[in-house]
Amino acid sequence: MAQQAGDRKSRWLVSGPPLLYLIFFFALPTLIMVLASFRSPGEFGGLTPLVGEDGVLDLNLESYARFFAESVYAEIFLKSVVIALVTTLICLLLAYPLALVIARSAKRRRDLLLLLVILPFWSNFLIRVYAWMIILGPQAALARGVNWLLALAGAEPVSLLFSPFAVLVCLVYVHLPFMVLPLYANLEKHDQALLDAAQDLGANGWQRFWRVTFPLSLPGVYAGAALVFIPALGIFAIPDILGGPNDSLIGNLIKQQFLETRDWPFGSVLSIVLTVAALGLAGLAAWVGRAGGGSGEAARRA
Amino acid sequence: MALLEIRDVVRRFGDFVAVDHVSIDINAGEFFTLLGPSGCGKTTLLRMIAGFDLPDEGRILLNGEDLAGKPPEQRPVRTVFQSYALFPHMTVEGNVAFPLKMAHVPASEIPGKVAAALEDVRLSGFGKRLPNELSGGQKQRVAIARALVTHPPLLLLDEPLAALDAKLREEMQIELITLQKEVGITFVYVTHDQTEALALSHRIAVMNKGSVEQIDEPSRIYGFPRSRFVADFIGHCNVLSGRVLDNREGIVGIDMEGLGPVKVTTASGCRSGDQATIALRPEKIRIRKPDTPDGLDNHFGGSVQGMLYMGDVTVYMVHTDAGGKIETLLANSGSGRTRFFEIGDRVEVGWAADAGHFLES
Ligand SMILES: Nc1ncnc2c1ncn2[C@@H]1O[C@H](COP(=O)(O)OP(=O)(O)OP(=O)(O)O)[C@@H](O)[C@H]1O
Ligand SMILES: [Mg+2]
Repeated sequence: MAQQAGDRKSRWLVSGPPLLYLIFFFALPTLIMVLASFRSPGEFGGLTPLVGEDGVLDLNLESYARFFAESVYAEIFLKSVVIALVTTLICLLLAYPLALVIARSAKRRRDLLLLLVILPFWSNFLIRVYAWMIILGPQAALARGVNWLLALAGAEPVSLLFSPFAVLVCLVYVHLPFMVLPLYANLEKHDQALLDAAQDLGANGWQRFWRVTFPLSLPGVYAGAALVFIPALGIFAIPDILGGPNDSLIGNLIKQQFLETRDWPFGSVLSIVLTVAALGLAGLAAWVGRAGGGSGEAARRA
Repeated sequence: MALLEIRDVVRRFGDFVAVDHVSIDINAGEFFTLLGPSGCGKTTLLRMIAGFDLPDEGRILLNGEDLAGKPPEQRPVRTVFQSYALFPHMTVEGNVAFPLKMAHVPASEIPGKVAAALEDVRLSGFGKRLPNELSGGQKQRVAIARALVTHPPLLLLDEPLAALDAKLREEMQIELITLQKEVGITFVYVTHDQTEALALSHRIAVMNKGSVEQIDEPSRIYGFPRSRFVADFIGHCNVLSGRVLDNREGIVGIDMEGLGPVKVTTASGCRSGDQATIALRPEKIRIRKPDTPDGLDNHFGGSVQGMLYMGDVTVYMVHTDAGGKIETLLANSGSGRTRFFEIGDRVEVGWAADAGHFLES
């Protein structure tokens, strides 16, 4: 009994500080935000007092009504989800072969390749985004090459910069390591004996991949997809810097509400919709994974 | 024609010769065992048959057809891996159905074949389980069912029972013998356990440092080991050497080191002055109190230096008066007695002239 009590105590000691941290810096702010979404915006930003001069509690659904009344918000929101999904998909297609090559190369080469994958993290995020302004700029070789080809075909020249294309390219670039690393961590643990067995039982290279490697890597795919999709959904710096005036995403909208329009309640509503959507999609993915036969389930257990 | 012909196969890793000019013919329906100590090249040889490794020299033929240039997935050979290598994301049925799907067996025929294979290994009713819900012995059976379901001509098994405990291993040995007889598939079995090899096999190839020392039936491997290595590796054995004194009508007199003159019957024509080595199994040596006549051809006085009580038998180490060492054993079946001699007791060891067996090297 005494030992059990001691166990419980040490468990609290270990999990207490991070729990407190989460309560103060995540749960509480979220609650404040939820509350704010029901309040009215102050005249110069901020919020009106919770209890009005007439002594009535000032809570309303006006900001929610505004979100659902004007279709432009839902459109931007939908566009953000689509762009985040496309980013996730492209990252997956690029990262999978890369992670597979790294996981299957010799130890020393593997370390070097991993270093190259995380190397971009050593320079500032904004600097890396601004670098794309130069790469995609009208004077750079890329844009000039593209426009030269377009001119040959008799088409009008285009601007690569300040376009949805620029936003997508940079989104993929920034998030690629978040897909490569969990995939690599998963693939690296695969047992060569399973591939040998599959080959022995008559599976060719493609069948070995589809029936053994890929199903066993699904936990890595899910982890990578979550790590890419969720930040990509809320990003604002990339469309700000590389996008055109029509390329704003939900992240830009939220930032605008808080910093420029100074409509906190509406900004809160947008944030909540974003959070709920991200959670909903993650839940949907987990459900699809489980319903997709025993394979997903078993892979997670493996 | 043999089912599998291994012709003068060599495999080198750098300067190291892992498989050294090995030639073996394995017949259809045989339970053939590759036996040898760790690192002697058994797995390397098996991997070359399966196609995971290629010989540097020599050829491997199945039904007279050279397997060179065929990747593992195109060889009609199946392997049971030591680690089982079951697919963790597939049920038992999924695992067993895998090779059928790869062979494009019509989907309607798959469930029947899977059920039959699971019945062969006595695992009916386990089809819906995942591999991590099975015991070691059950996993082993699934691996065997998966390998047998397409009825390959040849099954390769690399120490399939090594991870099981002694009792289960014995059970599985009996099952393997029965199964092999039932399905009639040729087994090539790798082990470093000599009792397992003797118990299971029709024929055994004893390997040492990459080469084959002897290929024979179990009783001949045990009774007539060709080399000192085989004699030592298979069971316990006294290896005696000395100089031939005379050879009279098939009875050779040899002056053994540490013993003195010993009589051995032989068919070989060794001459006086030759070096000779004989192998003598402990169970062929009698141990008794001194001066109790028994009419054996050879007997030597000595004292008990050590003993090992094994339950059914007791092993005695006897030092002879001339300085030699003889290992012998006595069955503990004598009425109620479990110990006949104590350490330090004076004893006499003796054996018949035909108990010894000449080694070639
Ligand atoms: N890929 C390799 N590279 C270098 N040396 C190897 C390689 N594979 C095997 N060897 C060497 O070849 C020898 C034979 O190995 P093998 O695995 O065939 O032994 P084994 O008889 O199966 O032994 P065990 O009973 O321990 O499994 C060993 O000395 C091993 O170190
Ligand atoms: Mg081995």
